[in-house]
Amino acid sequence: MGVLEAKNLKLQLNGKAILNNLSINFWDGHIHAVVGPNGAGKSSLAAAIMGLSGYRGFEGEVIFEGRSIKEMTIDERARAGITLAWQEPARFEGLTIKEFIKASAKDKSDEAIVNVLKQVGIDPVEHMKRAVDKTLSGGERKKVELASILALKPKVAILDEPDSGIDIESIERIFDAVRILKEGGTTVIMITHSLAVLDHAEHAFLMCDGQVVDQGGIGKIRKYFEGKCLTCDHKNLPLQEIGGQK
Amino acid sequence: MKSKTDLMADLYKETDTDPHELQDPEVAHLVIEGNKVLGMQGVPGFHVDVRELEDGVDIKVKLDEGTKLRKPVHLCFGLYSDTGVQRIIMNVDIGKNSQISLLAHCVFPFAIDVQHIMDAKIRIGDGARYSYFERHIHSPKGGVKVYPKAVVEIGKKAHFKTEFELLKGRVGLIDIDYETICEDDGIVDMTARISGRDDDIIKVKETANLKGENARGLLTSKIAVRDRARAEVYNKMTATGAYARGHVDCKEIVQDDGVAVAIPIVEVHHAKAHITHEAAIGSVDSRQLETLMSRGLSEDDAVELIINGMLSE
Ligand SMILES: Nc1ncnc2c1ncn2[C@@H]1O[C@H](COP(=O)(O)OP(=O)(O)O)[C@@H](O)[C@H]1O
Ligand SMILES: [Mg+2]
Repeated sequence: MGVLEAKNLKLQLNGKAILNNLSINFWDGHIHAVVGPNGAGKSSLAAAIMGLSGYRGFEGEVIFEGRSIKEMTIDERARAGITLAWQEPARFEGLTIKEFIKASAKDKSDEAIVNVLKQVGIDPVEHMKRAVDKTLSGGERKKVELASILALKPKVAILDEPDSGIDIESIERIFDAVRILKEGGTTVIMITHSLAVLDHAEHAFLMCDGQVVDQGGIGKIRKYFEGKCLTCDHKNLPLQEIGGQK
Repeated sequence: MKSKTDLMADLYKETDTDPHELQDPEVAHLVIEGNKVLGMQGVPGFHVDVRELEDGVDIKVKLDEGTKLRKPVHLCFGLYSDTGVQRIIMNVDIGKNSQISLLAHCVFPFAIDVQHIMDAKIRIGDGARYSYFERHIHSPKGGVKVYPKAVVEIGKKAHFKTEFELLKGRVGLIDIDYETICEDDGIVDMTARISGRDDDIIKVKETANLKGENARGLLTSKIAVRDRARAEVYNKMTATGAYARGHVDCKEIVQDDGVAVAIPIVEVHHAKAHITHEAAIGSVDSRQLETLMSRGLSEDDAVELIINGMLSE
């Protein structure tokens, strides 16, 4: 059953069509991947679903658990059960990791916060009191972001490029966290242009040029990458521009 | 009429610090309500002399050469009534190679029309370390006007650090004017953290003159204004000594109809000195705000968390 659905989304920014009559339906409890080349509109779709400023003026509908969320503010959507981990997480001067996670946590106890930090591979003793600021690496900030989402226990978590900035050694921790989210009943949507991430999904959508051009099992969607998108008649981008190797 | 000890306990309770600390014989303290001394205790090497004025007190503080106080000295200045003036004249003489940290609470919990005037002259001897943490507790009505003024002479290799913070209640008017002059290898480090709302007015004027060779300075202001509050930060750093180095940092968050002004002045008179400054004034960062809102915080709660973080940084 679909938990989150977008119908005929049309979004223009600065006169340019970003989402071109896009429709997508995310089934409940799955780990989905939304893949596609850079500039396909993946992050814009996430922003439209979350209701971020600048991405609210679209045509079409976003339906969550059977009702339209189009008029809801970001926090109303979040309290309904949707959250988003940014491709580039924000920095918060002076706000400690503990305070940041506690702000979103269902269970605000120290034990619960320690637990989610361990789940993403961050040493709680060393990090609880550190600020979520420029002294953290990009990868550390991604992990803290993910920890706050584990603490939030949302119904739907959209993770935009969950592997970007993460070193090879800790990438498995990210996938562990995704599994923990799923086990807790969260529907996970991973936005990616990396094959490694795609391989950890159960179902995938291929986006190109602001549209969903295909969907199905991982094996099938993977073929687009292997075939250099040859079966996709929107753009024939070479492998290195859409593949996982950076 | 309340007894002195009751009044002192009441005043101290507002600060959220443990009143038992004042009973520690190793902790020097001075508690002043209006122009009355409610409590006073020195420790070896640290001398306090207080003279009552009509509208306040004249205090002389002396720390003997080489005296290093392990525990912070507690100062508490307050006015328990809702109207009145408290003028504090302070002369502080810190001996060479000594060390002291002062924790000053300024408490005006019921103020409707209160003025607190501080006029301090501080001399820090060569090699001494002096830290002064000023924490304010104001009434929620905003009826306080505070004028902290200090002139600080920082000796060779001496270290002066001060932090001004409004812990509770509304600003009313805060008008800080600190002037420092720093000799060879001296260090000055001043920070103000204040959040204003309604028609609060915040003025911060901090001056550091890095006169000596290799003197170092840091002026930090973290200010937030919302509603119709107004903040003006004039920070000036001058370097005349060779190898003097300094940084002026001002961050102000503006919400609603608040107004924030930052005028950093950096002046370098020596080719081997170096000063930088950074001022950032603006609304709460939308990415920060939207991140917290996407975790379910209301806009107000998110703004509060971001501002508190910025102020505590
Ligand atoms: N705020 C914006 N204003 C103008 N163009 C934008 C904006 N956001 C994204 N775009 C454009 O929309 C297209 C899709 O971007 P994005 O959604 O970030 O793609 P993806 O995440 O798939 O790489 C790109 O061409 C990008 O330049
Ligand atoms: Mg993107």
